[in-house]
Amino acid sequence: MALRQCAIYGKGGIGKSTTTQNLVSALAELGNKVMIVGCDPKADSTRLILHAKAQTTIMSLAAEAGSVEDLELEDVLKVGYGGIKCVESGGPEPGVGCAGRGVITAINFLEEEGAYDDELDFVFYDVLGDVVCGGFAMPIRENKAQEIYIVCSGEMMAMYAANNIAKGIVKYANSGSVRLAGLICNSRETAREDELISALAAKIGTTMIHFVPRDNVVQRAEIRRMTVIEYEPNAKQADEYRQLATKIRDNKNFIIPTPITMDELEELMMEFGIIDEVDEAIVGKTAAAEAVA
Amino acid sequence: MSQEVDNIQPSYPLFRNDEYKESLANKREAYEERHPQAKIDEVFQWTTTKEYQDINFNREALTVNPAKACQPLGAVLCALGFEKTMPYVHGSQGCVAYFRTYFNRHFKEPVACVSDSMTEDAAVFGGQKNMMAGLENAKALYKPDIIAVSTTCMAEVIGDDLNAFINNTKKAGHIEQDFPTPFAHTPSFVGSHTTGWDNMFEGMVRYFTLNHMDDKKVGSNGKINLVPGFETYLGNYRVMHRMMKEMGVDYSLLSDPSEVLDTPADGTFRMYAGGTTQAELKDSPNAIDTLLLQPWQLEKTKKFVQTIWHQPATAINIPMGLQWTDEFLMKVSELTGKPIPASLELERGRLVDMMTDSHTWLHGKKFSLYGDADFVMGMTKFLLEMGAEPTDVLCNHANKRWLKAMDKMLKDSPYGQKSVVHIGRDLWHFRSLVFTNKPDFMIGNSYGKFIQRDTFYKGEEFEVPLIRIGFPIFDRHHLHRMTTLGYEGAIYMLTTLVNAVLEQLDKETKGMGTTDYNYDLIR
Repeated sequence: MALRQCAIYGKGGIGKSTTTQNLVSALAELGNKVMIVGCDPKADSTRLILHAKAQTTIMSLAAEAGSVEDLELEDVLKVGYGGIKCVESGGPEPGVGCAGRGVITAINFLEEEGAYDDELDFVFYDVLGDVVCGGFAMPIRENKAQEIYIVCSGEMMAMYAANNIAKGIVKYANSGSVRLAGLICNSRETAREDELISALAAKIGTTMIHFVPRDNVVQRAEIRRMTVIEYEPNAKQADEYRQLATKIRDNKNFIIPTPITMDELEELMMEFGIIDEVDEAIVGKTAAAEAVA
Repeated sequence: MSQEVDNIQPSYPLFRNDEYKESLANKREAYEERHPQAKIDEVFQWTTTKEYQDINFNREALTVNPAKACQPLGAVLCALGFEKTMPYVHGSQGCVAYFRTYFNRHFKEPVACVSDSMTEDAAVFGGQKNMMAGLENAKALYKPDIIAVSTTCMAEVIGDDLNAFINNTKKAGHIEQDFPTPFAHTPSFVGSHTTGWDNMFEGMVRYFTLNHMDDKKVGSNGKINLVPGFETYLGNYRVMHRMMKEMGVDYSLLSDPSEVLDTPADGTFRMYAGGTTQAELKDSPNAIDTLLLQPWQLEKTKKFVQTIWHQPATAINIPMGLQWTDEFLMKVSELTGKPIPASLELERGRLVDMMTDSHTWLHGKKFSLYGDADFVMGMTKFLLEMGAEPTDVLCNHANKRWLKAMDKMLKDSPYGQKSVVHIGRDLWHFRSLVFTNKPDFMIGNSYGKFIQRDTFYKGEEFEVPLIRIGFPIFDRHHLHRMTTLGYEGAIYMLTTLVNAVLEQLDKETKGMGTTDYNYDLIR
């Protein structure tokens, strides 16, 4: 099987890292060889696989060694649960330097050092929530991830973010082979969430590939720095992740997204009662002004 | 093809040998996939037309030779003008190599300037470590009294904070707390070299005066401050010293690199020479006023002088040509109460005499010019004073207010009625204008020589000669030592302009038996 490279995007705090690690564990359980590349200075994309607080990152090792050229692959690549290879790009402390450049440097390093070997079936890039600059689009540049999954939920801001990411993908998709492969709904238990995300997916031109319900076992596993797959393989939630993994493995629905306008998105949310119709008369009115009127 | 040891030839005329001609023709034939000469000529001719000019002026996404340089280059020149000051550029090494070679080629002098050599890891984690090691090393190795820090694009894109980094460097003990480290953020992708000069100067006065204003009183030292701006004519620094001394005016020339950029070959290397002292800089808020010699490029400085020093920063024009030098000297006289001395009156009289001697040759001659905002304005003013006609006047980095001021000045003169002023345009635009409006001469820096070559290729009668006044001048020696400001500067420029006209006339009239009826001994 040819190597498939997938990138996971989505609003910050939506559960990308947790979903990715559970999903990757399920893929490994199915017998796939997988690598996770964490593209976030927080470096929390591999902790559940490695049972570690945070993996030592490429950039921190490079800083110690003096330059990236002084590093070797085995310094930065750790193997965890299910033979999953783990790498964290790392980056600077908040407020200094350039995290985006760190992602570029780290991925270039992995390519040059041959981290993408023939044995691998999947590479997953777990990318910082807000794609704030070109560096965080590195995983979807030419010859890297060709499938993008967006994690979202039925909350307003998560859907805004998903639509915006779709807009970003269009830019790269028109000139290259990167495609949107589906939305993963990580449930926040809002009303009619699965219908809503399915509707949004349809509008963007893709599908909701799986609805991952909310379950406390995820948190219980996380406290132990484990995925559900490893911590409680018989849990119902583990099966959910297995279903997600199977669907992704068998997914053939790769499209150039058709992001919708703000108005369309708001209409959709109104339809599902997420937001109320805007009364233009009250826009910009303070509480005091309203009391007078 | 080998050279003979007793007859070593440079590329020209060597490559004009038959052997080389053949070899180069073969290479062209076999590897260069060159278009036929006829096609090249056809396209060339098209680029000289009005039709092409219209397309050229609708260009949106490309700049071809912008006729400006980047901010840190200006910051480095500003820093070089202070006593024992090392310009230090926080960012990548290559940028600093560029600044040094740029100045080397113009001034034919070594230029001291260091970089803290940020590399890939610094781009990711920020350059604080580089700053710490860099400041410590630069101070230990080169023993400056001041390190003036500016930045390259790399540091600016990732948002490195100079104030925080420098303070942290001092707190960590790499250099002493009280070691002077003025600084300025100088992103190259904003503004130009003149913006960088302004920023660095503001950084200097900020460092040395901002927190020491309590005991300062405007006028208490009886001096006049002069701020040159991005000034590459060393004679302009010297003429300011001379004029102020002749007037008996006590003054401070704030930033004066005329010594360090003109050191003698006497067996002693001088990394530092001359320059404005710290004492002068610290005393500068006590002056009567601060005059900005290139006001269009010193916006930030002006604001600082007015709001922090509470000096009026009286508005003047660049003291270039007759009238604006008059106005400058009268303003200095008015501010200090010192009369204009006989020696300067005499010098002025000589200039006026020269102008009357030469004006017949310059009257009605058409000049197109480009360069920095203040230089271009002063030069235009001087051309108008001589009755010469500015054809196209171009400044890439100038703003709309400058454009309006230029338009007004030109409209007020009978010689400026047909002049067109361009901002935000580059030398490829200028090339089009030279072809279509066909001035008699161009005035500008060395880059104009390629436009001269192109006009010559179109035909001898189309050739527009370049008169080299500006920055950089790489292909002529020692012109940077000349003067363009004051009466002395006007005398130099007048001499240069009128002799260029006469040279050209000789060139056109030396045809034996055809044009040499006007190939006169006396002009």
